[in-house]
Amino acid sequence: MQEIRFHGRGGQGTVVASVVLAKAFFKAGYHVQTFPVFGVERRGAPVEAYLRLDADKKILIRSNVYTPDHVVVQDIKLLQNVDVTKGLKPGGWILLNAPGIPEHPERFSEYRLAVVDAGKIAIGHKLGTRTQPIINTAMIGAFARIMEMPPMEAIAEAIEKEIPVKPRQNILAAKQAYEEVQMIENQG
Amino acid sequence: MREVLEGSHAVSEAVRLAKVQVMSAYPITPQTHIVEALSEFCEDGTMDARFICVESEHSAMAAVVGASTCGVRTFTATSSHGLALMHEMLHWASAARLPIVMAEVNRALGPGWNIWMDQTDSLAQRDTGWIQLYCENGQDVLDTTLQAFRLAEMVNLPVMVVLDAFFLSHTYEDIDVPDQKAVDRFLPPLSPRIQLSTQNPCAIGQMSPPAFYTENRHSIQAAMEQVQGRFENIQEEFEPVFGRKYAPLEAIECEDADVIMVMAGTAASTCREVISDLRSQGEKVGLLKLKMFRPFPTMLIRKILGDTQKVAVVDRNFSFGVSGIFAQEIKAALCNHDNHPPVFGYIAGLGGRDVTPDILKQVYHMTKTASFPKEDGVWIDLNN
Repeated sequence: MQEIRFHGRGGQGTVVASVVLAKAFFKAGYHVQTFPVFGVERRGAPVEAYLRLDADKKILIRSNVYTPDHVVVQDIKLLQNVDVTKGLKPGGWILLNAPGIPEHPERFSEYRLAVVDAGKIAIGHKLGTRTQPIINTAMIGAFARIMEMPPMEAIAEAIEKEIPVKPRQNILAAKQAYEEVQMIENQG
Repeated sequence: MREVLEGSHAVSEAVRLAKVQVMSAYPITPQTHIVEALSEFCEDGTMDARFICVESEHSAMAAVVGASTCGVRTFTATSSHGLALMHEMLHWASAARLPIVMAEVNRALGPGWNIWMDQTDSLAQRDTGWIQLYCENGQDVLDTTLQAFRLAEMVNLPVMVVLDAFFLSHTYEDIDVPDQKAVDRFLPPLSPRIQLSTQNPCAIGQMSPPAFYTENRHSIQAAMEQVQGRFENIQEEFEPVFGRKYAPLEAIECEDADVIMVMAGTAASTCREVISDLRSQGEKVGLLKLKMFRPFPTMLIRKILGDTQKVAVVDRNFSFGVSGIFAQEIKAALCNHDNHPPVFGYIAGLGGRDVTPDILKQVYHMTKTASFPKEDGVWIDLNN
């Protein structure tokens, strides 16, 4: 079983991202479970969601995720006030939405870092506005690259089902992020 | 067809497949997604049903009581304070012998405002005459909702399908959604035994003076006494069509267990994993999953728990001044069994606090090493 934790902000589509990925992984033959850490959400406040994947067995555990295999961070500014590596297993991926490599990448030396400029990609596909780009589908595409799964066809299908607004542009954003994500394995 | 579905929508899908005719509900977190989907089904024609919008949960239950009295299949859903507000009408529904089905999403009561998982809301309604069935995963939710209509209509009693807030209501997982033909075979249209009709005028819910009231209550109890058997019969019809079946109580690895852990809801799913870990380390531990809470399957409880060495009950609920509610009921069921085991009570996971595998392992080890319970309930996840 693999466990993934998503960090985002209310209104960024963090829960939708985890659901689209769950549906795509299910399509690719996995058992899946995903749920948000439900608070009394406000737009802009930090939010979390969890995703569990198992290629072989039905997922029985139904408590929160404490030691994720990988984390997805939808906003680089979250690094200032959320401990996104809390419980993260050494060697796990941190997928970060940022315009470039963050300062002091050595602080993540225990892990593998991947960076994608999802904001730029989203704006390029006219997803959201310049100040509030809808970045979740780009993050999904980048995630599929670092995990080497699920296949892009499964992602495209899940986006079409789950995201009624601009599905074509969202799929293009996912594909572009898949190509552009920078994987920095030994940044230490 | 298997698809990835939210627990709330597992309820909505089952209600759609059950061809419910009248629904009424007032939105409350975490029940909202259930009734949002259903109101859309009514609006877009997916369901040929009427959704009655009301100003409170008391009125929602009153509306389905009225509709059910007219002989149509009815459904509502609520949670926490909404259920508390319905309390008076819950008695009406059962005493009028109406086969109403309600989804109840377990949520804590305030103040100390809290929208998260806690069983005290549904358990506080244990004396209202409703059948209560608890669920552990999304498939269980969908199947139990379908079965609830069959059961309610067999015994003419209302059924509460209970699911955990968020850990179930807002969790997406892969669920088999059966097709309409299969459901139609399992669940025929309602043929009401009680029905207000202009062709056959009558009065329902009249004065019941001392000369009749006792017999009236006794007949409700007689219906309750049929529930367990009927539930088991339903499985014989359900399994050939859907390939799944459920038990009022499920005993996992209990035959040779020295300690049997008892719980309901999603914690039971997590505990399955814990039991298999502990078993692989040579621990003789079992799990009893409570599905049916009303009627309480007393004889079955005695059969499964009566001769084990120790029982550990995990309650995500509390009755102030006593202890956890499941623990009380288990003790009551066992007290007339010769040489019954000691019952250790643990309070965990109130108001959305997580019941982790570590907490469940701690419950097991504390029970294993203690000779007798020193107190009625140990608050195992209390912050220092």
